[in-house]
Amino acid sequence: MRMTKTGARVPVTRTETLPIRSGDDVVRIRQAVRTRAIEAGLGLVDQTKIVTAASELARNALDYGGGGEVRVDVLQEGMRKGVRLSFSDQGPGIPDIQKALTDHYTTGGGLGLGLGGAKRLSNEFHIESAVGVGTRVTIARWK
Amino acid sequence: MDRIPILKLGGVLIVTIQVDMHDRLALALEEDLTAKIASTGARGVLIEISALEIVDSFIGRMLDNIAAISRVLDAETVVVGMRPAVAITLVELGLELTGIKTALNVERGMAMMQARLHEDDEDGSARARYED
Repeated sequence: MRMTKTGARVPVTRTETLPIRSGDDVVRIRQAVRTRAIEAGLGLVDQTKIVTAASELARNALDYGGGGEVRVDVLQEGMRKGVRLSFSDQGPGIPDIQKALTDHYTTGGGLGLGLGGAKRLSNEFHIESAVGVGTRVTIARWK
Repeated sequence: MDRIPILKLGGVLIVTIQVDMHDRLALALEEDLTAKIASTGARGVLIEISALEIVDSFIGRMLDNIAAISRVLDAETVVVGMRPAVAITLVELGLELTGIKTALNVERGMAMMQARLHEDDEDGSARARYED
């Protein structure tokens, strides 16, 4: 299911991949995303939004996907800079994405704000999931 | 394991969160605060978060839990010092933090607590007079 394009063909000026295996990894991902957001010239509020979205999605990958990884890209399209994050796991997948995007819907013990909240905090949002294969969520925030 | 220190000032417990919260630290803080409320009979818990660069739903749930536990133990929780960028992000994320009282800074948070402690004192002295 495709929600929004996430600039697949936009030039990437820097990329790195980080593991999501523990709560400490979630903290490290927040710090890495903050560094890249600053590098892309995002303002304080936009930095805070993308870091918060990253925290939600990393925790989702950990709690529901059994862990995975995130690719962090700094993008530049002409004068426009941004950050794109792609979270992937090989977990059980999401059978009903629309439902999973609904606020306060959760299959775990969480608040059920992760996916919908991350979508609201991003300029671009794309999710693909296959039951038994895994889930990939890609978000981007532009300056 | 790291722990977040809890200070006691009169009937109020004060916690200032200076580090990036992770799971174990959040659970340890919940436990430590609960034990401390019970052992000191504190009537207020003030949590200062001006050093927190984000509040995600995980930290939001921790704050909600602490407030709920405190309430059951007859103590009131006030969260103070939230950064403006964090407040904007929280609202967009959809976290309502309905169970939590907030104040702009420590001073105003303490004033909210003092009002409650003062009421307690008056109740206490009224009861004392009645018992006399």
